[in-house]
Amino acid sequence: MAAIGYEILLMRLLSIVQWHHFAYMIISLALLGYGASGSFIALSKRLIVPHFALAFSVSAVFFSVAMIICFALGQLVPFNALEIGWDPRQLIYLSLMYLVFFVPFFFAASCIGLAFTCLKEHISRIYFFDLVGAGTGALLVVAALFLLSPQNALRLLAVFALAASALVGHAVGSPVRNRLMLTLGIFLIGLVFVLPKNWPDFRISQFKGQSQALQVIDARVLGQYSSPLGLLAVVESPTIPFRDAPGLSLNTQSEPPAQLALFTDGDAMSVITRFDGNLDALAYMDDVTAALPYRLLDRPKVLVLGAGGGTDVLFAIYHGARAIDAVELNPQVTELVGDTYADFAGHLYDDERIDVYTDEARSFVARSTARYDLIHIALLDSFAASGTGVQALSESYLYTVEAIGEYMQHIAPEGMLAITRWLKVPPRDSLKLFATVTEALKRAGAADPAQSIALIRSWNTSTMLVKNGDFSAREIATIKEFCKSNSFDTAFYPSMNASEANRYNLLDQPFLFNGATALAGQGAADFLERYKFQIEPATDDKPYFFHFFKWRTLPELLSLRKRGGAGLIEWGYLVLVATLIQSILAGAALILFPLWIVKRRWPRGAGTRMGGYFFLLGLAFLFVEMAFIQKFILFLGHPLYSVAVVLSGFLVFAGLGSGYSQTLVRRYRGRRLYLVAYAVTGIVSVALVYLFLLPELFDRLIGQRDAIKIPIALLMIAPLAFCMGMPFPLGLGQVASKAPDFIPWAWGINGYASVVSASLGTLLAIEFGFTAVILLALALYVAAAVVVNTGAFFRLPPAGS
Amino acid sequence: MNLYKKIYRSRAAVFILLASVSFVIFADDAQYAVDRAAMVAEIEEYARLNGDQAFAKRVMQSMASVQRHEFVPDAQKRFAYANRPLPIGFGQTISQPYIVALMTDLIEPDSDDVVLEIGTGSGYQAAILSGLVKSVYSIEIIKPLATQAAARLQLLGFDNVTTRLSDGYYGWAEHGPFDAIVVTAAASHVPPYLVRQLRRGGRMVIPVGGRFLTQQLLLIEKTETGEVKTRQVIPVIFVPLTGEH
Repeated sequence: MAAIGYEILLMRLLSIVQWHHFAYMIISLALLGYGASGSFIALSKRLIVPHFALAFSVSAVFFSVAMIICFALGQLVPFNALEIGWDPRQLIYLSLMYLVFFVPFFFAASCIGLAFTCLKEHISRIYFFDLVGAGTGALLVVAALFLLSPQNALRLLAVFALAASALVGHAVGSPVRNRLMLTLGIFLIGLVFVLPKNWPDFRISQFKGQSQALQVIDARVLGQYSSPLGLLAVVESPTIPFRDAPGLSLNTQSEPPAQLALFTDGDAMSVITRFDGNLDALAYMDDVTAALPYRLLDRPKVLVLGAGGGTDVLFAIYHGARAIDAVELNPQVTELVGDTYADFAGHLYDDERIDVYTDEARSFVARSTARYDLIHIALLDSFAASGTGVQALSESYLYTVEAIGEYMQHIAPEGMLAITRWLKVPPRDSLKLFATVTEALKRAGAADPAQSIALIRSWNTSTMLVKNGDFSAREIATIKEFCKSNSFDTAFYPSMNASEANRYNLLDQPFLFNGATALAGQGAADFLERYKFQIEPATDDKPYFFHFFKWRTLPELLSLRKRGGAGLIEWGYLVLVATLIQSILAGAALILFPLWIVKRRWPRGAGTRMGGYFFLLGLAFLFVEMAFIQKFILFLGHPLYSVAVVLSGFLVFAGLGSGYSQTLVRRYRGRRLYLVAYAVTGIVSVALVYLFLLPELFDRLIGQRDAIKIPIALLMIAPLAFCMGMPFPLGLGQVASKAPDFIPWAWGINGYASVVSASLGTLLAIEFGFTAVILLALALYVAAAVVVNTGAFFRLPPAGS
Repeated sequence: MNLYKKIYRSRAAVFILLASVSFVIFADDAQYAVDRAAMVAEIEEYARLNGDQAFAKRVMQSMASVQRHEFVPDAQKRFAYANRPLPIGFGQTISQPYIVALMTDLIEPDSDDVVLEIGTGSGYQAAILSGLVKSVYSIEIIKPLATQAAARLQLLGFDNVTTRLSDGYYGWAEHGPFDAIVVTAAASHVPPYLVRQLRRGGRMVIPVGGRFLTQQLLLIEKTETGEVKTRQVIPVIFVPLTGEH
């Protein structure tokens, strides 16, 4: 319970002080502690097994202490993720981070591995409690983060680890037990009463937006708000105010009014704009590319997806929208604008024209029956994040073919969808969006999608309009006039001439016009192939809108790195590949190498066959779990709910399946291996049915309330997870009876596979989509069943007979 | 005798110490000079590889003369002449030398020019400009950086550089209009005041991207008629389509 809770919490903690993809990298490597603990137990079995209770208790105490100490220590390592491409020392610092966070996972895994090894006869029960505990831990930590600061949630988990130590410690002989209990008592008092509140402090990277903003004279944090969705900080800079106005024309005579910055996890700045009811103070809002749809629509009914600090809602008010629905994911953000800083924001959300909804954008749209004249998708990510490719690993269901299709269904005739993106040179986001929109319109049956698309750009933003209908000559004239008056460039509109492109903000070539024209025409496939960045449409199955990496471009980009071309490299993807390689190598060193050294201890074939079996199971379980978390995000309407519900559901029902497998073993004694085959048949059948049925089921049920959808989701997960919980304990039971020495290795190898699968699964999903990941997982399950039913090792008589 | 010996020995010790210190200093200086020459050669080579023309000779002379190691923290001195950005504290960086040379070259500095810099940082860009133009006015918003850079520039004798701690958004109207403006930190938009303070025929350059990754440079030119045009410059030659030249 505490181990999985720590894993989730550590992801939060490291996302605050570092960047989330490095948090992911550090944790996935630290999880090798699971594998290493298997090696450790196998090697020191003779010493430890006779003292199981003491070893378990001590490991649990160490886990408890290491949870907190290692986070504090990890913050002292001067690792700077942004320098990794420049400074080789950063790799040493990164390794140091791995080492630090390896420790708590090592001790956590030692507890479980010890239980498997020493209580062989109860493997299924232990696995049941392990999984149920893990499922509960995942839910608990998410719930705790609503009530506690991340540091206090960390303390809570440390208390759970101490409790585990105390429970098992009771079985230790009396003189040692008393000392153990005293130590536990001291640690408990220390945790609860002695450690300073909210210790350790966050040492947020000095290169994150929030740290940089606070360097400015007189800047200060007005308030900090924590939830599982992120650590929010509101920053005021009275002397040198924030003035966020992406895409503001160089011709403008206006400047934005004072703003408060709203940082999530120390970065991703959004702003709350000062509003005193005087619309003249917002005149700058006329001079940005995002103002274009308001020149074409009269008093529209608007849907703002991603309301953030409310500036885009204010934008709609300024432009005379008659009604506005604003959707924001994080309720704390809505509260900050609508309540805490309402005076500053001019009580914006009290305006009767505005309705604010706390929801995920896609989920809201899927449920809504309303039709809008304008759907406005705000520019939610910062240029720095967008520019360095750190988002490559983030899924976004906002910009997929299916998403665009749904938005368009909610747009009234002659209405528009407007999406503003940062402009990169050469273009990436803007062209990928163009390709995605074109595909969506084609799927909706448009004969010539190009008639409904217009695209303009400033020096740093592009705004795309997608109309429900064809653009008229009059509208095109308005677009041209708007661009001319602001020195923006038209990049695409129906029947646009090349001579109209690249007039004011000169690029070496009219990249955006050339690309959009190619994508709208017959040569789209050839263009997608020849373009050096990956700009194929994003889909719900491959929702990696920010992934632009192509392997064949890498050598050229690397050669340009020192010549000023480092900004062209999508580092996020390379970090993922590096993580995978590191996992494989470190895992081989920590698990496979020790296994190879002492392989003579086991019966012939045990190493490869049993190792293979548990490796396949580890990969397959995580692949299915990961892919289903993604599939349920849309249904449950929130990534966090999806992670919490699906993860807990999988773990708890797999735990139940594990427990039930013990009953089956008793009933069908001697046919343990066939049971694996039955379980795998169940997994494959249910998963295949889901692959075809889930989209239809989701479509029908998505409009239900959360209180109904969550149990439905759990019910859907139950049969699959139940079957998935069986193969591991069935195999482990077989090992216990044939080669008990192998148990810690089986545990270690399974853990190793789980680590590798995290990065491998993401890479596969980016390249081939989630459906492919699920199909691969099913193939791995089948392979595991074949391995276990065909090996000579498994047919050996029980050990000692 | 003993006393004499003691004095003699201590003099010898002092001499050895001084000699060692001088050796270290001069050896360091000599090494920095070698590193600096190598850096300049590397930049020239890259400029050649990157394309159409090399950077102006004056710009490269300035790059060769300014002691970059004086502008980086002690912990970074050994990387001072590496062609990469370096952290200088307070979440700020000193740009990659190649980008500094490119930005300086893009504004086409002339010895009569008055240049405004937004974001003094360590003072290195101002120092590079110092030898190329008549005067440099530089604004910084982070107090410790502003203080340190002002002291450093004064100590190193860059007398035509004037710095101040204030809001760069409004430029420095008293000394404008400027022949060139160098903005070293990207913002969400170009402040209108800076555009107004740019002289007709003047140029403004802004790097776009993160702290350690310059994506592109924005070059703003105000024509003699007052029209404002921008050009997006990728620091390298990169054709986004295969098979296209």
